[in-house]
Amino acid sequence: MTKILTVKIWRGGKDGTLESYSVPARKSQTVLDVVTYIQRHLDADLSYRFACRVGMCGSCAMTVNGVPRWTCRTHVDKVSQDGQLIIEPLKNLEIIRDLTTDMVPFFEKWEKAGGRFEGKQSRADKITAIDPDSKKRLAASAAIECINCAVCYSGCDTVRARDDYVGPAALNRAWSLFNDEKHTGQRKLKKSVKADGGCYTCHTHANCSQSCPVDLDPAGSIASLKRSYSMFGSRS
Amino acid sequence: MRQSSRHTSYFAFLGHRLSGLALALFLPFHFLVLGLALDQGNRLDDFLKWSDQPLVKMAEWGLVGLLAIHLAFGLRLLMLEYLPWVGQRKHLVWLGGGFAAIAGVLFLIRAF
Ligand code: SF4
Ligand code: SF4
Ligand code: FES
Repeated sequence: MTKILTVKIWRGGKDGTLESYSVPARKSQTVLDVVTYIQRHLDADLSYRFACRVGMCGSCAMTVNGVPRWTCRTHVDKVSQDGQLIIEPLKNLEIIRDLTTDMVPFFEKWEKAGGRFEGKQSRADKITAIDPDSKKRLAASAAIECINCAVCYSGCDTVRARDDYVGPAALNRAWSLFNDEKHTGQRKLKKSVKADGGCYTCHTHANCSQSCPVDLDPAGSIASLKRSYSMFGSRS
Repeated sequence: MRQSSRHTSYFAFLGHRLSGLALALFLPFHFLVLGLALDQGNRLDDFLKWSDQPLVKMAEWGLVGLLAIHLAFGLRLLMLEYLPWVGQRKHLVWLGGGFAAIAGVLFLIRAF
């Protein structure tokens, strides 16, 4: 006999409610599979986002049994409690409808933290070589694989408490730019990162590093920014 | 507490923050009693005698514990933010907790 999962899903906007669905359990089923099953077979009206289904695009993040996760790479077996799943939209972002949130503030904060690359070379110039083993390149590499999923942002207590805090992903991005030798906007970056709502607003609880699905360490990046811009940091 | 906050590093943050708040509440009383030494020596002596009771000693033990927790987790924070390493260094949390526990036990041994 097929095992049945009891799945509660957030329906509606900010004042919505959880609605219950019964979904047949399958082998190696992901949380995204469950949501897709519901939309295809039980409730065509359900709104949610996904694209790549392989952990690349960062669009499928939701709150699963209270924890923010990428749903396409989260196996139901690992997170269901007695065959129960509660799937809600990401926290700390406004709900548009059902499982879809408004990601605009999340990306605006990347800009606010100085996350836009600025260079001085054009395609006509010779490419500047960067030593892959240099300290800066290694630090940038450790932070660069962010998929912009907002899982860390959704789990951060300080983002919840302060609207103006740019959050872990934006500052992690800022740290990779700090280490990018081709980035010419270092002065602007420093100003943005040190501004109110920037790196000093972080309380180092590391919810972000704990939850990042691609094992980045935004809390470490933020600590490194604080150190680099302090009297103990390298001048650059 | 949110599910996403239930992990070692967050407990270190909570320990540091709550012990700091509790110590801040205690400070005015501390200064009040110190102030007695300036012009009311008798009352200070009375107070010190009163504070020899076991119950007050236990409360002092709590204070020592809070101070140890605050110091240990404060140092952890400084190390995380000012030493050139990344990662959560969870062993620092255990070290800090261990230090606070040992400080508490030492105080109890000396107090009684
Ligand atoms: S360490 Fe900083 S960015 Fe990460 S969860 Fe805590 S406050 Fe947010
Ligand atoms: S740092 Fe990690 S959790 Fe945060 S947006 Fe990037 S990939 Fe997602
Ligand atoms: S659908 Fe692309 S990361 Fe999950």
